[in-house]
Amino acid sequence: MSTIDVREDDVASLEAGLDALDTPTARRVGLGARLSRSVLPPVVAVLLLLAVWAVVAALHVKPDYVLPAPAEVWSTFQQYWADGSVQAAVWNSLRRAAVGFALSLVVGTALGLLMSQSRLVRTAIGPLVTGLQSLPSVAWVPAAIIWFGLTDAAIYMVVLLGAVPSIANGLLAGVAQVPPIYTRVGRVLGAGRWAQIRYVVLPAAMPGYFSGLRQGWAFAWRSLMAAELITLSPGLGVSLGQLLDTGRELSDMSLVIAAILLILVVGVGIELLVFSPLERRLLHNRGLDLDSR
Amino acid sequence: MTLTTVGEEDEVRARTALPAIELDRVTKRFDRDGARPAALQDVSLTVAEGEFLSLLGASGCGKSTLLSLVAGLDSPTGGTVSTPAGRAALMFQEAALFPWLTAGQNVELALRLRGVPRRGRRPEAERLLASVHLDGHHGARVHELSGGMRQRVALARALAQEARVLLMDEPFAALDAITRDVLHDELERVWQENGLTVVFVTHNVREAVRLGQRVVLMSSRPGRIAREWEVAIPGRRRIESPEVADLAREITDVLRTEIRRHAAPGGPVANAGADR
Repeated sequence: MSTIDVREDDVASLEAGLDALDTPTARRVGLGARLSRSVLPPVVAVLLLLAVWAVVAALHVKPDYVLPAPAEVWSTFQQYWADGSVQAAVWNSLRRAAVGFALSLVVGTALGLLMSQSRLVRTAIGPLVTGLQSLPSVAWVPAAIIWFGLTDAAIYMVVLLGAVPSIANGLLAGVAQVPPIYTRVGRVLGAGRWAQIRYVVLPAAMPGYFSGLRQGWAFAWRSLMAAELITLSPGLGVSLGQLLDTGRELSDMSLVIAAILLILVVGVGIELLVFSPLERRLLHNRGLDLDSR
Repeated sequence: MTLTTVGEEDEVRARTALPAIELDRVTKRFDRDGARPAALQDVSLTVAEGEFLSLLGASGCGKSTLLSLVAGLDSPTGGTVSTPAGRAALMFQEAALFPWLTAGQNVELALRLRGVPRRGRRPEAERLLASVHLDGHHGARVHELSGGMRQRVALARALAQEARVLLMDEPFAALDAITRDVLHDELERVWQENGLTVVFVTHNVREAVRLGQRVVLMSSRPGRIAREWEVAIPGRRRIESPEVADLAREITDVLRTEIRRHAAPGGPVANAGADR
């Protein structure tokens, strides 16, 4: 066998050839195909549900004031829209949810980070945080009212107690799932404690942290509705929870259903417009998206 | 077999070159009571500046432990580890690139942690990627790269540390044979161009002979240095060169003897299966 001399440019061209052969080819899905695959099914499902509701209502199984038809709910909605109370309610609730979530984000992230970095803190308050996560935050409403009165502060307290544990635990789970080799690489590259957290641990923990944020948002939104429903005061202005309560007082089932649907639509809307795209980008960048598997 | 005669040139190098890594009677235990054999026991080893050393051994011989000690990720139970050549870069079997960064950003992070100012990072990362033949892959996502390309990005990241010593822990073990062969050429070139000191851990005897100027064989439980060979094969080597095969056979025989010592006492000293 003769020994072939491998020269520098031979290596380069060899590598170029291997690279071309080995590189995984990405599948590109067109916008039309993506829309028909991800948007069409849920829209059809909702339309079907509406149709079932309309049919059941038309059959008059129950009286109108117990089960109003979709059209009736729609006209109630239009009526409240015309006098501006729907817009004001959505705006007020959304503003409170945003502020409450932002506060929860800060507190939950700090708490999660502290727990992930200190074993003592983790063993001391870990079970408490997990316990709080399963405690329905509506249970805090009476306490919040006694402490803060019928104010925004009382509502924020309930929202925080609902969202902070999820966010802290999400970050903690994310950090726990960081492959040890990443932190070893960080140390080899000369990262100190803070550089390690900032450039390695936190970005690596993002997927777990993000699902914590998402759950935190859901809990914040729920807690807010519970708080608004109970914490009623003219000083607090109209809100979705208050709209719901007005419906109950007037025995106006159409308004109750309209309010429930509004709460649902806002919650789903935030999920679809904020969390889903962010998560898709996060996972796509790491080659983790479910759709591309 | 006389292939292992120390070449005159190598002898001069060994005597004159400054040490890059010095291990003096290093012992490493992972338990306190000493019930289990030490991961490393009384290991003394000097690696000269600019040397390419292959570290070979079966499982449990403490090869990876030794690299961790040299890299400063762990400290020895006894003895001293000194690295006159300064901080070492370390590569693993998996490329361990950060998937939230692009190929280029992975290299840039190493530059940033070394203290390179922001403006200089991008061009330097491009240059380093080009040096491992990955021009134009700065923006590539890690999952879009093949295994061999990932290891080359990891090599570029290690070079970004500007360490004089490169430690490699079975870096090509997970790659297919064709890619591994090409990366041997690539590593050899990078080593020579940058005047690096390389400690290359492997359990592949041919790979050790293909790359190393010196091959150190370690025995297991406790991890000790069993024997070492100077590889005096002139000119370019290839993994299928007859000289590589001859020395690899000799080393493999010694390795097998070492492994047989671990057969259960009272049991068959050498079972036929292990000899194939």
